[in-house]
Amino acid sequence: MATVHRVPGHVDGNALAGPLSEVFDFDVTTASARCDACGATAMLAEAMVYEKPHSFIVRCGSCDAVLMVVLQRADATELDLSGIAWLHVPR
Amino acid sequence: MTAVWHVGTVAETRTETRTETGTGRSLLLEVPGWGGNIAGQHVDVRLTAEDGYQAVRSYSLASSGAGQMLQLAVDKLPDGEVSPYLVDDIMPGDQLEIRGPLGGWFIWTPDMTDSVQLIAGGSGVVPLMAMIRSHAAVGSAAPFRLLYSVRQPDDAFFRTELDTPAPGVDVTWLYTRSAPEGWDRPAGRVTAADLAALTFPPSDDPAIFVCGPTGFVEAVASALVGLGHDPGRIKTERFGGK
Ligand SMILES: Cc1cc2nc3c(=O)[nH]c(=O)nc-3n(C[C@H](O)[C@H](O)[C@H](O)COP(=O)(O)OP(=O)(O)OC[C@H]3O[C@@H](n4cnc5c(N)ncnc54)[C@H](O)[C@@H]3O)c2cc1C
Ligand SMILES: [Zn+2]
Repeated sequence: MATVHRVPGHVDGNALAGPLSEVFDFDVTTASARCDACGATAMLAEAMVYEKPHSFIVRCGSCDAVLMVVLQRADATELDLSGIAWLHVPR
Repeated sequence: MTAVWHVGTVAETRTETRTETGTGRSLLLEVPGWGGNIAGQHVDVRLTAEDGYQAVRSYSLASSGAGQMLQLAVDKLPDGEVSPYLVDDIMPGDQLEIRGPLGGWFIWTPDMTDSVQLIAGGSGVVPLMAMIRSHAAVGSAAPFRLLYSVRQPDDAFFRTELDTPAPGVDVTWLYTRSAPEGWDRPAGRVTAADLAALTFPPSDDPAIFVCGPTGFVEAVASALVGLGHDPGRIKTERFGGK
């Protein structure tokens, strides 16, 4: 279990299922990701999610590094995926 | 997997909890075109104001299986944007946009035969209620236990149903603020000792689902790991808050 100190009020990757269904053709909650910072692999459902108006910041459950940023603009969704080193999507 | 927005019409509302700290209500929604859902899944609810401003929030489904009638249950956060509307204002005949079913990880399906330990705080019981109902609907032989933590006796969702669970389902209550008269355990937050006494032990290797306010979920999950449960067997869903 992670021992990192967190800002209260976050949810987890389960909450990404709807928003990311607009972008991906797979269920993100059943995908697993490897954190580029610490190398831990976990289900995206288990990542920590901080929701701001029009954006989600998704952090690694083990080291708190940013895995992904989702920006919801009026005309597009933009993703920064640079914190994810590997993504496993079950068929 | 692109989830589409459906229009749901409120068929019935029911007050579930009524305390000085707030109320909770369940809503039955009729959703034409709904393709059914698995126990544990949620929907996104979208409200649009007259000026076009939109708010989206996630709500778990207490219902599962085929059919176009969905049940949500919502706890009112007094300074919240969306929950007071769903608890106090919305009426039968009103419409809501809903997207789903969402999430294929925090689910229980009838082919799962392992012992299941459900642990809920407050409205976190909603997706676990869907699992309990699904278990009863299919006559599953998987042993089920629910540990349900609420502030006080009248703060529980689905009280009547949980007081008479189907065979094979064991329900244990835990009170954090005030316990019923004559209750052995003084009111207080769930501890590792409670979990050790009231849930399946690690030796039973149960599949565990923990759901509720974020602080509750994280405290319970780390206590379970401390007791020796395999973190890979613990599924969590955080509803937000502290
Ligand atoms: C996957 C998922 C499923 C959910 N299922 C349910 C459900 O079945 N029933 C249900 O009632 N809620 C559920 N929630 C929570 C729900 O999505 C909303 O966050 C909640 O209703 C508050 O929305 P609001 O607009 O009223 O409050 P907001 O305006 O968003 O927030 C108001 C204030 O309350 C705080 N806050 C936000 N959420 C919580 C919380 N859960 N507990 C305590 N304080 C909080 C905020 O930090 C803020 O200060 C779920 C959340 C997720 C991610
Ligand atoms: Zn990491």
